[in-house]
Amino acid sequence: MHNPIRWMGRWSAASALVLLAALALGGPCQPAWSQDPEPTAEPTIQEPTAEAPTEGEQALAPDEAAAAPVEAGAEATTGATPARSESMQWIDEHIFDLDRGWLLLVVLIFCGSVVFWIAHARSGRPVKVRKIAGLEAVDEAVGRATEMGRSVLYIPGIQDINEIQTIASMTVLARVSRTAAEYDAKVEVPTARSLVMTTARETVQAAYLSAGRPDAYNQDLIYYVTDEQFGYVAYLQGLMVREKPAACFYMGAFYAESLILAETGNSIGAIQVAGTAMPAQLPFFVAACDYTLIGEEFFAASAYLSGSPEELGSLKGQDMGKMIVAGLLILGVILATLASIFPKSDVLQNIVNYLMQNVLT
Amino acid sequence: MKRTAPLLIASIAGFVMIVAYFIPRTQTWGEDVSVWFDILAAIAFILGGGNLLRVQLKKISDRRPGWAYAAITLIAFVVMLTCGLLKIGSHPNEQHPAFAWSGTYNQTGTPFWWMYEYLIVPLQSTIFAMLAFYVASAAFRAFRAKNVEAILLLGTAFVILLGRTAAGVFLTDFIPSDVLIEDPTFMQHLISTLRLENLTVFLMDIFNTAGNRAIMIGIALGTASVSLKILLGVDRSYLGSGED
Repeated sequence: MHNPIRWMGRWSAASALVLLAALALGGPCQPAWSQDPEPTAEPTIQEPTAEAPTEGEQALAPDEAAAAPVEAGAEATTGATPARSESMQWIDEHIFDLDRGWLLLVVLIFCGSVVFWIAHARSGRPVKVRKIAGLEAVDEAVGRATEMGRSVLYIPGIQDINEIQTIASMTVLARVSRTAAEYDAKVEVPTARSLVMTTARETVQAAYLSAGRPDAYNQDLIYYVTDEQFGYVAYLQGLMVREKPAACFYMGAFYAESLILAETGNSIGAIQVAGTAMPAQLPFFVAACDYTLIGEEFFAASAYLSGSPEELGSLKGQDMGKMIVAGLLILGVILATLASIFPKSDVLQNIVNYLMQNVLT
Repeated sequence: MKRTAPLLIASIAGFVMIVAYFIPRTQTWGEDVSVWFDILAAIAFILGGGNLLRVQLKKISDRRPGWAYAAITLIAFVVMLTCGLLKIGSHPNEQHPAFAWSGTYNQTGTPFWWMYEYLIVPLQSTIFAMLAFYVASAAFRAFRAKNVEAILLLGTAFVILLGRTAAGVFLTDFIPSDVLIEDPTFMQHLISTLRLENLTVFLMDIFNTAGNRAIMIGIALGTASVSLKILLGVDRSYLGSGED
């Protein structure tokens, strides 16, 4: 006997299209009988066909079939709610999670904006980007290290390569290493994750290659220390105090170790440039470092440093997204203010409630 | 091929994660992709361990300054790994008493547990405790009243620090609290805000939240932008920026 739940759950292209159409017309896709308020005839439970089970499916024994989850209680006999098996509930599910519809719309608008500006920049039109002091300081810091004959320490955070900040950090590392290759400075990259170590090696090697100095690349300077947060910090502290690097870069995701690292770097007199999107760590970096890339500046770094039209276009698209968000914020604030000034206006209250409960959740 | 294949994998995995978020049917696909990453990360542990051994052994063989620390690191690494992998000292699982290795490697009383509890945890706590001193030194430097902005920062920090301690409550205890009044007027509410603990909450909820949200919105948009660049293959920095 075929598993009834699997049988009911099988999708055909036609049923998917029907559901899609129902979705487009609005409202959840429920079977028509479930919306009927009038008691109907005996509730029916779909009988499974006697198809042979396909590969990977197991036939149910008669007793198992009887035990298949079916809600056919008193409500079913009155007709208020028909008998529903899990398979029927499964059919009721939406193709799209409608609760996330607004988020999808925002994502599409924002992504559309970024894609549009990338295409715009590719067409050859100039894209202007303001200067970011922290990134301008990269050359200065590496130059200083060269003059002093000391190394450059680059710390790509303590998260793995699946963290977007770590990926953004690799772009800055590419620039730092390229400058170091040109100036003949030593760049040391201790990592807290082995995958980051591999990526950093690829990045630095490519940077040395593009600087025309592949012979100067030393992969032993990019190495794995430990996954343990404070073990990593202890190693870095020791390294800083012993080697006294002239420039320290902290780019990536940091937690409690941010201030320990930045203060140690400060105590040895290193020029320090930090960049992170961890809001809680930003004050520490601002207090202890010479330059700090705050949040979005850090993400803009890749576009800013590469200077390629596509990257700069994406930055412009990001700014457009910010404009849209700012506009929506102002609109929301005005509506919420009006709703509090005119508390008897149901229209305003409903709009604000809708925004709060549907759009912002 | 060396660059195209990883780009394709990254793009497909990224788009699957997005689709899985919006389409419930595909939720399991997103979970599968996460599992693949976990597998990759687990394999990378071997890579990391191998590199650790290589670096430390080179230090010892070159007799570089501090090579004794490298030896200690290696010994600790090997001992910890052996105790964890071989489950030394762990008792069999109660459900599978016939299998000697069925117990967990980190159960109470095992050498692995002992080393973690009595070596690693105290060392970590020591480093974390140092943070308090670093906070003090950083605060001392940051709060020097050099200009108007620094003075404002200093004043705000002073209020927050006092408001978070019992001293703040004690110092402004004489100001009436509107919580004690059944139906406080606007003026009474305003006066009660001057209590240091209330002023702290006011500063944190209004000024701090406003600034924080601005940064958070920027970060969210930046994250989305970078993610999109990676998915579309515009940003290839994570693959190295060289050519094939």
